[in-house]
Amino acid sequence: MKDVRGWLPELAAPVVLVVLLALIASQVLSGGDDVKFRNAIVSIAIVVALYVFVGNSGVVSFGHVSFVAVGAFSAGLMTVPSDVKPGVLPDLFGFLKHHSIGNASSLLLAAAIGGAYALVVGIPLMRLSGLSAGIATFAVLGITYNILRYWTRIGPGAETLSLVDNGSPTTDYLQATVGALAVIVAAFLYQRSRWGRQLRAAREDPAAAQAAGIDIHRQRLWAFTLSGALSGFAGGLFVHLYGSINTNDVYLDLTFLTLAMLVVGGMSSLLGAVVGTIAVSLVQIWLSDWENKWHIGSTAILPGGSSYVGVAIVMLVVLLVRPSGITGGRELGFGRFGRRG
Amino acid sequence: MSHIQALLDAIGLGAVYGLMAVGIGLVFGVLRLVNFAYGQVIMLAAYMLVFTTGWPDVASILVAVLMAVFASLVMERVAFRRLRTSSPATMLVATFAISYLLQNLALLRYTYHSRPVGDSVGTLAGLINAVQIGSLHIRWITFVAIGTGLVSFTLLALLLKRTTIGLQMRAAAADFRTARLLGVRADTVIMTAVAISGVLAALAAVILAVSSTVVTYQTGLSETILVLVGVVVGGIDRLLSATLGGFAIGFATSFVGAELPNQGTTPFTSNQYLPSVIYIGVIVVLLLRPAGLFARRGQAPVERV
Repeated sequence: MKDVRGWLPELAAPVVLVVLLALIASQVLSGGDDVKFRNAIVSIAIVVALYVFVGNSGVVSFGHVSFVAVGAFSAGLMTVPSDVKPGVLPDLFGFLKHHSIGNASSLLLAAAIGGAYALVVGIPLMRLSGLSAGIATFAVLGITYNILRYWTRIGPGAETLSLVDNGSPTTDYLQATVGALAVIVAAFLYQRSRWGRQLRAAREDPAAAQAAGIDIHRQRLWAFTLSGALSGFAGGLFVHLYGSINTNDVYLDLTFLTLAMLVVGGMSSLLGAVVGTIAVSLVQIWLSDWENKWHIGSTAILPGGSSYVGVAIVMLVVLLVRPSGITGGRELGFGRFGRRG
Repeated sequence: MSHIQALLDAIGLGAVYGLMAVGIGLVFGVLRLVNFAYGQVIMLAAYMLVFTTGWPDVASILVAVLMAVFASLVMERVAFRRLRTSSPATMLVATFAISYLLQNLALLRYTYHSRPVGDSVGTLAGLINAVQIGSLHIRWITFVAIGTGLVSFTLLALLLKRTTIGLQMRAAAADFRTARLLGVRADTVIMTAVAISGVLAALAAVILAVSSTVVTYQTGLSETILVLVGVVVGGIDRLLSATLGGFAIGFATSFVGAELPNQGTTPFTSNQYLPSVIYIGVIVVLLLRPAGLFARRGQAPVERV
């Protein structure tokens, strides 16, 4: 940490981008783009959490949204006031029905549950690699979704969980921004740590890393657990920012979108995770502003829904032109000009 | 519902998923690409059945096949060809993007409303009716699915074993670089594999669309996800094991679904929890046999260096 020129840009670049995004959002928060800027800030937290595992290990996980889901539902469920909970969610287990906790502690709870779940799942699953690991983590997502959707003793089931206690839009957005920054700092500290470096070495060359004494299974498991905790935390930010959640919000669409954001940005750098998320989010925001804006006669040139088509085309073009993502998987650094040369 | 009934329905679904597994496995073999957009090839083919309502069945099916082959070849030309040397994650996300693109185009064109397949008097749509054999009610489409599966698998096996292009495809799947060095034309082999996978997608589309009686922008999506899971569980490195994996997951989904009770909210006690039961099985199999349930023994998966 002595070499400031080495690490400062690596941390500062993503932080500055998120702060800029928050400043833009604060100008338009009361306008029609409200929801999309909320999506953007929550997506940053989720994608960076995903990056901690996928980026550092090189193993693609389709299961991360399960940790977002358990985090979101536990934070949401525990902040619905306990006097209304028995009325709206009569099937809940007693200890869930009659207790409520505050906003900040619910975020910690979300992180703890996300991390614990990832640890339990990771112990067997982290032995797998490549496609088998991808499909096994996807199976975890399928199970999580299925159980959350039908088991009404632990949650709202297929209903939308609403009445989550939240503050004013501004304080909620501030909380989400600070939360996203906290996730970025955690990801930065991890990738600079001894364990993070060991895992990155294993990503580049598993055989050589093992020969150098790195326990790949253990390093993957730590990254998976940390990543699960951050995902759970991001889920907590999600539910407080929106004030409600449905199991369909945290399933396939979010899984594919967050993975796409990560890969579009450049999956092996923290900067890539943030740049990819902001780029895709801004494209979404602009394109949906253009929907139904211009007409030829009475036909809209870009009818409602065409922004999704546009986003898909932009993602595809970026991947075809820059297969390793916008940042090429690199951090911003002055290392070339500095002492480390 | 009797066990035999459940068994027959399960074989029917297994056959359709097996067809899709072959399509996905063929392309994976030559390109090392997991094509998530396969479901949208199926969707496009299925919409052709709606589009050609009133036409003779043979013509409808032919249009569906042409559409699926055309869409597959365009995908290959525009995207897959440029991504051949990219990382697996990039290839996969590119196919997500294609899938998302096609779903949303279908949504723009056809909206959320589902479209009925064919006209109600057409023979094709009529295949949904059941025939009574003793106490069994078997839909004609189940027979069609099993028959189509058997015929396609036989023809494909002949193609792979008895023709030059088949031999080249197998060589390319085993070791693409060496195959190219020995004079196998990469583009020809890849385009053939992609075209065949398109034909199989169209056949699966006809069966899926007739079975569900409607086509939506999501037709083929959930089936493709399950088949991808099945293909990896079976063993994606060989076409046979991938196909068996696809069949197995279709069979298991249908059979376990029929055998689980209808009522019960506690996890794993009713068919609401069918996905969980299947996915637990998937995880157990992957942990015990990471290279695949039907992979050759002695092919322990190693960390790919």
